[in-house]
Amino acid sequence: MKSSLIDQVGVEERVARFNTRSIKKQSKVEGLKIAISMIDLTTLEGKDTEGKVRQLCYKAQHLHVDMPGVPTAAAVCVYPTFVKLAKKELGNSGVKVASVATAFPSGQSTLAVKIADTKFAVESGADEVDMVISRGEFLSGNYNFVFDEISEIKAACGPARLKVILETGELATLDNVRRASEIAMRAGADFIKTSTGKIQPAATQPVTLVMLEAIRDYYYETGIMIGMKPAGGISTAKVALQYLVMVRETLGNAWLNNHWFRFGASSLANDILMQLAKESSGVYQGGDYFSKD
Amino acid sequence: MARIEILKTYKLYIGGQFPRTESGRYYTLLDKKNKVIADICLGSRKDFRNAVVAARAAFGAWSGRTAYNRAQILYRIAEMLETRKAQFIVELIQQGSTKINAEKEVALAVDRLVYYAGWCDKFQQIFSSVNPVASSHFNFSVPEPTGVVAVVAPQDSSLIGLVSIIAPIIAGGNVCIALASEKMPLCSITFAEVLATSDLAAGVVNILTGKTSELISHMSSHMDVNAVVYAGKDQKEILLIKENATLNVKRVFVYQNDWNKTESQNPYFIFDAQEIKTTWHPIESIGVGGAKY
Repeated sequence: MKSSLIDQVGVEERVARFNTRSIKKQSKVEGLKIAISMIDLTTLEGKDTEGKVRQLCYKAQHLHVDMPGVPTAAAVCVYPTFVKLAKKELGNSGVKVASVATAFPSGQSTLAVKIADTKFAVESGADEVDMVISRGEFLSGNYNFVFDEISEIKAACGPARLKVILETGELATLDNVRRASEIAMRAGADFIKTSTGKIQPAATQPVTLVMLEAIRDYYYETGIMIGMKPAGGISTAKVALQYLVMVRETLGNAWLNNHWFRFGASSLANDILMQLAKESSGVYQGGDYFSKD
Repeated sequence: MARIEILKTYKLYIGGQFPRTESGRYYTLLDKKNKVIADICLGSRKDFRNAVVAARAAFGAWSGRTAYNRAQILYRIAEMLETRKAQFIVELIQQGSTKINAEKEVALAVDRLVYYAGWCDKFQQIFSSVNPVASSHFNFSVPEPTGVVAVVAPQDSSLIGLVSIIAPIIAGGNVCIALASEKMPLCSITFAEVLATSDLAAGVVNILTGKTSELISHMSSHMDVNAVVYAGKDQKEILLIKENATLNVKRVFVYQNDWNKTESQNPYFIFDAQEIKTTWHPIESIGVGGAKY
């Protein structure tokens, strides 16, 4: 499989151009509401407890009760052991349950374990599975290994949508990001996702642009739409809007909804809520008036 | 060949950095003979917003330092100011002061910092109390810092007014954003350079230059500001601040002191930006013969 080469300087200049778009007043409010409806509220800590997951599920459904008309989050993203609980808490609210699987975040385990992990998540009720690719194998050039692994996991997912985490912070170059994106899409990914959030840098705009362009080219070639999820490090409303500009101008309006685009973030929601409150009340907001988790 | 003098660019002080105003606006400061002294940043509401974010981020660590360590840092500010006396004297003369008054003002500013450095680890004992209660509790009240304080520095003073107001605020463990005198802003930014070299963590003190009339409504309405100190006599401005402060019940303090007088330094200035926390600690019993702890 031949993969396009990436012009790094060109990508950075294109990103800089996106960031000059000025979005104010009513369009800003609409943009922020779209952004908030795309958030996968995430908790992936060793110290997660049932209480924490319950709290997160409540927050996903009631982002800010004082503010009518705020959409719910798109999904909550948890470890497989909490899927059952999250599913129960979310009921028929429309908020989806995403589960990381495949020995997240390192992906260092056997295929059998990864498949079992995935099946456990799906059987517990996960609507979406976030898998990690084997970066070691990818970097050693074993692309077939990575491809086969993704398609095995896809088969194990059944009806659940599969998000493939490339962990771009470990892939070193944009060329690698492009190649990994193409492998993932061809192997059956429904979404491609930048990062686990455990490695720095996590999502960056250049990486996201390269992945969006890979999605675009794949769509032109096959007619199949693939979703995109930047995750980690996106914590302000302003940056979220810049991502939306990038999606709009690379893939078009068809991708501007939470079926095809997600933000993996936890603190982003509050910043967007504060901005929305600022737009409606006219005064800058403080963290004291918004839920912590 | 005659050497061209290198003039200082007066910029803002936000989060330990010296950025230009994000608005790109300036006003020209003239001396008595209408000669240009410098272009001064015309700070905007967004500069103020950014400063609040920086201040809030610095609050936890600054209020968490030991009182003794805060004293050391305030004393260090005094040391740094002492070594840069000459520059402040020049600036005060440029802004219309006589040489004798300028020298007095700078010396007084140094002494005032030393004065409040001394109070850092003493005011808490003075303002705390053990309270008699009619149940078996050990009941005590202690002052704790209020949080983010917005300061409108006096118009008729360039250095001593600003120092006299900032010093007690930070001595008490608060963080602040000060708007310098519009007519005499030079010393405020040079004082920021003193702060930046005094082991004072970034964001504890932020200094803006600009118009009071433009910024005052944002300073008093921002929901993440906990108190406003206004040094001035404009009744309309005072009313506006008090009305806006009700939004999140900010504390408002109006100072109309002559900062050159020694009466204008006392621990009650520290006490202003403190809140009293009362603790009810259960004990075995109260009664005749003394309480049993």
